[in-house]
Amino acid sequence: MPESGEGLPIRKHTVRSFDEELEHLTRQIVHMGALVERQVAEAIRALVERDGDTAARVVQQDDEVDELEEAIDQEAIRILATRQPMAIDLRMVAMALKISNDLERTSDYAVNIARRVQRLIEQPPLKPLVTIPRMAELVQLMIKDVLDAYVRRDAERALDVWRRDEEVDQYYNSLFRELLTYILEDPRRTSMCIDLLFIAKNLERIGDHATNIAEKIRYIVHGDLINRMSRDVKK
Amino acid sequence: MTAMDKARDGYTVTLGRAADPGSEFAARVKVEVEGLSFWYGGKQALFDVTMPIAERRVTALIGPSGCGKSTFLRCFNRMHDLYPGNRYAGRIVLHPDGIDIVSPKTDPMIPRLRIGMVFQKPNPFPKSIYENVAAGLRIRGIRDRALLDEQVEKSLRRAALWDEVKDRLDASAYDLSGGQQQRLCIARALAPEPEILLLDEPTSALDPIATAHIEELIDELRAEYTIVIVTHNMQQAARISQFTGFFHLGRLVEFGPTQQLFTRPRETMTQDYITGRFG
Repeated sequence: MPESGEGLPIRKHTVRSFDEELEHLTRQIVHMGALVERQVAEAIRALVERDGDTAARVVQQDDEVDELEEAIDQEAIRILATRQPMAIDLRMVAMALKISNDLERTSDYAVNIARRVQRLIEQPPLKPLVTIPRMAELVQLMIKDVLDAYVRRDAERALDVWRRDEEVDQYYNSLFRELLTYILEDPRRTSMCIDLLFIAKNLERIGDHATNIAEKIRYIVHGDLINRMSRDVKK
Repeated sequence: MTAMDKARDGYTVTLGRAADPGSEFAARVKVEVEGLSFWYGGKQALFDVTMPIAERRVTALIGPSGCGKSTFLRCFNRMHDLYPGNRYAGRIVLHPDGIDIVSPKTDPMIPRLRIGMVFQKPNPFPKSIYENVAAGLRIRGIRDRALLDEQVEKSLRRAALWDEVKDRLDASAYDLSGGQQQRLCIARALAPEPEILLLDEPTSALDPIATAHIEELIDELRAEYTIVIVTHNMQQAARISQFTGFFHLGRLVEFGPTQQLFTRPRETMTQDYITGRFG
């Protein structure tokens, strides 16, 4: 049986204000996503440029992100109560609740990175950072592309983001081995290396959340499993 | 969930995924509608409708006004025979005996005795509460007072009305509230113990509380009866039915498990209708 329900064309609602509400909800998610994307970028820039002010700014932005999450959740719940959405509308509103949560977690990881940067820059640098910025670049692109896929309701693009998570995991594993070697070579650098390791871990988790959002986009479009991309793809 | 699998074993047709024999989507088929068309005189109102009605499940029929869902429902008890010039084509096979309800050879009284119907507006007879419920039994020639008493009480209890009327069975049915009158009509339909209950927008004239009572009742009656309900309220269809058929311009556009139809319709037209994007 082909999944013929997918990608059904979307027309306007008879009640125009309903369309406006759904569009506003989408815009808020995109706004929150853009904010979080920037937080991640700035946290990494603060690390590379050893810039404490930027790191502090990332930490401060956390409140704004939390407020947006609250606003999105309130609006989604209000739409559920007043419109009783069905089919694609229901999937969209329900997933807005979940996606806002993924974005909020992503923001928390960016803040965590920024806090570690604030501590790291008090000490002399270990060596020029190469792998972490490259990994960060990959993760940032995942966030950007997944938000793009969300706006366009593009399940294929979401799938592409989902596939890239493996590369992020590989980066993390190689960083783990590299940093472990440094610690063994010079135990005085242990605390610094652990901070860097956690930064890498946070980036890896951000990649996971981008992947989660990709799965939700697939559900919005196709309406099948919410928390898993097709098993065939995983192979 | 994919479209339903159909497995045939004698008259037993199983709907739902073969993998879930215990699920509420696995049901025997009580009625098989096959290629049903219907004409009001020269005007065709139903076009080649084929769908199963699951036994002891609630099947909801939805669609915009004039889509043919009420016309479809009324074929089941040959109500259209009351007007000359109306014509059926195709079959409505009633199981387990396999009689074709719309065959000219079938006496229309047969489906009428086996199928009960309740309409949009409560339409009690201008009689006492008791006589309303007993009416169908008297037509069937039951005169034994004790038997009538027993059946009237049983039907009123099933319709969740007994406690409210037991002390005033001789009062006029018109003394009851709208919601009570509708439950009385359901009791009247249940009294002759029909196999199928047809409900044509049974709550559209009722307030939310009375509606909730009827919905609760439908859910309880499902244990014993096969129920087909026409409703304009999509949330209601989503709440109370296990299967849903969506009609448009006399055609069945989509039929499937209710949960699937409301979260993941296969047809664009279904999605446009249930999400409020129609036309």
